[in-house]
Amino acid sequence: MTTCSILGTGLYAPGLESPSQAAPVLRGEQAYQAAELPSPQLDCLPRNERRRTTPAIRLALAAAQQATVNLDAAGLATVFATSSGDMPLVDTICTSLAGPDRALSPTLFHNSVHNAPAGYWSIATQAHGPSSSLDAYDASFACGLLEAAVLSATEGLEVLFVAYDLSMPEPMHAQRPIDSDFAVALVLSPPRDGTPRLELERAESAAATVCADPSLEHLRTTNPAARSLPVLSALAGDSPSRVVLPYLDEGIGLAVMCTPA
Amino acid sequence: MQTLHLTGYTTISALGLGNTTAVDALRGMRGGLSRCDFEDVDLDTWIGRVPGVDEAPISGHLAAYDCRNNRLAAMALDTDGFATIVARARQRHGSARIGVFMGTSTSGILETEHAYRRLDSDGSLPADYRFRENHEIFSLTDFVRRRLELQGPALTVSTACSSSAKVFATAARHIQAGWCDAAVVGGADSLCQMTLYGFHSLQLVSANPCRPLDVQRDGISIGEAAAFALLERPQDADAGVALLGYGESTDGYHLSSPHPEGRGALEAMRAALQRAGLDAAALDYVNLHGTGTPANDSAETRAVAALTGHGVPVSSTKGWTGHTLGAAGATEAVFSALAIEHGILPGTLNLDTPDPVLAPLDLIRSSRSGSVNHVLSNSLGFGGSNCSLLLGAA
Repeated sequence: MTTCSILGTGLYAPGLESPSQAAPVLRGEQAYQAAELPSPQLDCLPRNERRRTTPAIRLALAAAQQATVNLDAAGLATVFATSSGDMPLVDTICTSLAGPDRALSPTLFHNSVHNAPAGYWSIATQAHGPSSSLDAYDASFACGLLEAAVLSATEGLEVLFVAYDLSMPEPMHAQRPIDSDFAVALVLSPPRDGTPRLELERAESAAATVCADPSLEHLRTTNPAARSLPVLSALAGDSPSRVVLPYLDEGIGLAVMCTPA
Repeated sequence: MQTLHLTGYTTISALGLGNTTAVDALRGMRGGLSRCDFEDVDLDTWIGRVPGVDEAPISGHLAAYDCRNNRLAAMALDTDGFATIVARARQRHGSARIGVFMGTSTSGILETEHAYRRLDSDGSLPADYRFRENHEIFSLTDFVRRRLELQGPALTVSTACSSSAKVFATAARHIQAGWCDAAVVGGADSLCQMTLYGFHSLQLVSANPCRPLDVQRDGISIGEAAAFALLERPQDADAGVALLGYGESTDGYHLSSPHPEGRGALEAMRAALQRAGLDAAALDYVNLHGTGTPANDSAETRAVAALTGHGVPVSSTKGWTGHTLGAAGATEAVFSALAIEHGILPGTLNLDTPDPVLAPLDLIRSSRSGSVNHVLSNSLGFGGSNCSLLLGAA
């Protein structure tokens, strides 16, 4: 079992534009209604860097910025998790490569690395610590959360964890139907008093926790980063509750005991 | 940190298949680069191509995972008895107690490139294209864990050219925290048009075989490779090679250029030494990232000089294999393990005239024999992502 505290939370998704704005929906007091997600205000990036970013990078950094608003971001290690990464960019690159002139733009190419958001974040915040960018398909949130918690626990670090997935463009959407944008961020630390807390444990033969609200459940199942919703709901509640996240193999989950502040 | 033994390891690259082949090539100063003949690529460049990939489709129950990148992985699993070594470890630990952590930068994007050349008339993907099993960054790890029948923690690290070095750190942490008792680590990256044309767009690809550290170096040669290691806590009868430390850092400087002073590289190397409880004076050899771009070699040699002074022999093995991108970290970790086990200090292929502007280091030009107990291996990637591994005689 690995235990960590939560020092900050971020959320940027349609109709859920921050943890505080989303709280009534996450607590089940209000029905979820999707709404068009505005392009985020990224004050954390200098203008010349912001100009080079893509929607995927901006989505990830929107949640990261929220979660670190009261923290010294330069001192945080980072873990970024995404299943599909920057697929609009991959679409542009593969379309170019299939055409008569295969020339790629240098910025397009360097933005194509899976760790592009982590790179922009480190430039913006001058965070020089460990940083990982990972992928575990539909278990990307669970595996990223575990990696971040394990990094925090074994090295005694405060870790910014961001999970994000962008809606999928055609023609890929037909094979990988991700219908909306979703980014979530948690700043984890070794356990300390007076903070919300997560305890992670492997759960054999456990079914994944679902969202009671059907619209929220639809969001959960159609974006890998939105698999985080039951954890966010538990943390928005008043009492400890146990959530099971879908993990790598059928019937095996990652259990997360969530204790709100 | 808790020392972890490499109870098995293997490499396939442009040098050929297996550890013995790699050692023979390194000793004999025989490189694997060839003029680019990959598909219809019209760039004037050299590549490091693994022999036999086109003739080795994945069949059987995992046939859906067939793509060039997973073929590299499958070929490496079948080399040096690696899959058998893992199967024995599975008997000892149980399948749920062995993690699989793989690094790749582009996974199976080559299949997506092919699919985009034959989209249906309505713009849809061809029916035989499989996004999850081919393109996805997780596909490599998914394939390896299914092939090895492992159910422990798993993920793909994709941090460009440091990817398959960082998986050693991820595995060490998961083992330390009790999530598994052993881990299969490594990586694979395959030739594709995106990296060839992409690095070309950044003017980072040489028209000649790459020449790390040379005054005339002018870019990388892109290669493909796969390399794996099995990490386990020390057992009684073990000898061989151990992971003693790792260090990770971020430049926070530029997406595709290193910090000019090698600040992040230096931080990563220092962290690896600190974790191992060793001084730089204990190092017998540094395997540089040494890509052969003007910027990398300049920044990295400054960092190494700041760490070690002039006293430690260093080389780059990119002239043998090309820059194998997301597979470079694991490939060079295996080369470092081979240096320890076989007492060999690999030279720097294609180095004629060391660049006098670079920080002065003890450059190994021709491979030679020597006692090697402690090796630092550097991997420095786009996004300013750095990882340094410290391997030692167990």
